[in-house]
Amino acid sequence: MTGGVRLAWICCGLLLLLSAVTLGSLLVGAAPVSPGAVLDLITGRGPSQGTDRTVILAIRVPRIAAALLAGGALAVAGAGFQALTRNPLAEPSILGVSGGAAFGVVLGQVSGLGQGIVEALGLTALGFAGALVAGIAVYLIAYTADGLPVHTLLLAGVIVGIFFSAAITVLISIVDTNRLGGVIHWLLGSVAPIPPASLAVFALATAAGVWLVLGQARALNLLALGEEGASELGVNALRVKRRIFAGAALLTGTVVAFVGPIGFVGLIVPQALRMLLGPDNRIIVPAALLAGGAFLLAADTLARTVVAPAELSVGVLTSFCGAPFFIWLLRSRVGRPTP
Amino acid sequence: MTALCEFQHVGFAYPAGAHGRPPFEIRDLSFALAPGEVLGLIGPNAAGKTTVIRLLSRVLEPSRGEVLLAGRSASRLGRAAIARQVAVVPQDVPQGFPYTVEQLVLMGRFPHAPGRFFESREDLEIAREAMALTGVEALAAEPLDRLSGGERQRVVLARALAQRPRLLVLDEPTAHLDLRYQAECVALLRRLHRDEGLGILLVSHDLNLAAEVSDRLLLMAAGSAVSVGTPEEVMQETVLEAVYGCRVVVDKHPATRKPTVNVVWPDGR
Repeated sequence: MTGGVRLAWICCGLLLLLSAVTLGSLLVGAAPVSPGAVLDLITGRGPSQGTDRTVILAIRVPRIAAALLAGGALAVAGAGFQALTRNPLAEPSILGVSGGAAFGVVLGQVSGLGQGIVEALGLTALGFAGALVAGIAVYLIAYTADGLPVHTLLLAGVIVGIFFSAAITVLISIVDTNRLGGVIHWLLGSVAPIPPASLAVFALATAAGVWLVLGQARALNLLALGEEGASELGVNALRVKRRIFAGAALLTGTVVAFVGPIGFVGLIVPQALRMLLGPDNRIIVPAALLAGGAFLLAADTLARTVVAPAELSVGVLTSFCGAPFFIWLLRSRVGRPTP
Repeated sequence: MTALCEFQHVGFAYPAGAHGRPPFEIRDLSFALAPGEVLGLIGPNAAGKTTVIRLLSRVLEPSRGEVLLAGRSASRLGRAAIARQVAVVPQDVPQGFPYTVEQLVLMGRFPHAPGRFFESREDLEIAREAMALTGVEALAAEPLDRLSGGERQRVVLARALAQRPRLLVLDEPTAHLDLRYQAECVALLRRLHRDEGLGILLVSHDLNLAAEVSDRLLLMAAGSAVSVGTPEEVMQETVLEAVYGCRVVVDKHPATRKPTVNVVWPDGR
């Protein structure tokens, strides 16, 4: 079976899973809407007004879209960081990159960036900038002549993360609490319905980030030979690394701007996929996009139903799953770096 | 006839004092490797053998002089263009390398279409041929870290052959091999050389191996060429003793009549 055929089968399977999760998420929620009514509304045959219409089309559908985008983006960012650092534990929140992005976004929120699409663009740009700064800082702290040792990298990520969360606390404490609105809830990571124009920004930035990572997927496989080995086979290692880093930082910054720093999705999803599908990044990256979306949507659906009508932050749920997974990975595989 | 590769007065120096190592440089190195020739590059540790490989594959750029590949300056060729001409066979793959034999061999096809996402059917056929040549087809689906040193050596060689290069650069090909695999490796190299017409640059500590398979030897010491010529011309007791700093006896191989070298072990008194 050639790679393309295998990828097509895997994507078909994951799309089925994604559809099932999406359907489930459409049907459940704090406000009871009958499956028939949901179907009518989705296919455009429902009433043109009413509570059901608002619940489904203005709340559940945009929220589902946001969760799918965020999950896919985080999983691809995680896959990119893991292959780049040849470290199975690399992930946006563990590397402190999410923290840097969150600082950028909070900075934008407290300084007041305007409304609607201007705000969406501004926050995305600031999130991206924060992610870049944090990523570069972690790299500079952890880099040695022999590469990026696993433990130093993790510690550098933790330190940079602590620094930025302290900086966020400073920002929050000097700002009038009335303007903070949902910042605390957002900081825990929570998916909220996003207006269409902002959703379009989210989707475009995610597409750009995925394109950057996916375009280097084959060269990224060769980097497992080491930089010199890859260079001898015609890979421009520096360019590959820069693009992957920029792509993963863009994905992280965008997700943080729209739904907050949700942790561990970028760890759980790509690692689980590698165990199931093998190490080939040309398979893992597209699979992570779909599986990450399905995973975060399932988590978000759970978060808004288990304690309904109240809500959990989805970030809390992913951390509950992610922390034990991280510990298990740390105990079992950290000794051997994998790309 | 244009040489496959030619070093013209190449100079190179590593940044001085990095990591506390003494500064090392290549000084005014010139040699050429003709199509279909086997050139053995020998010399003691720190002679600059690995640096020559890195300059040849453009992992490093010369600070003086030029490296020519088939008559064209390597510094004007892209990385992929170089990798289509020169295949470097490393000693091993990195620890924890997660891919299978077939996936690794297919990586050799990268320079032929770097923009392609998945390898083509033709790539797959070339990879299978390369695996057949080195006798590792049966291992295609095995992960690299389950193989023995000898098997891994043949797999990395298959990867280099999948590059369809004109020049094969072997970095200590027999370093991890026992006698039987060393013999198989030599037989394989001879067959490749004869059947595929490949030029071979053999970089080795093993002087007897180099003398056995090479048409010519290039003896390096401290970044410079000391002696170039046929194995008989280069393998002189006085020359080797001066370069290696120990007593040796040069003899002829009882079966092949090629020169062999034996160390006269100091007795400690």
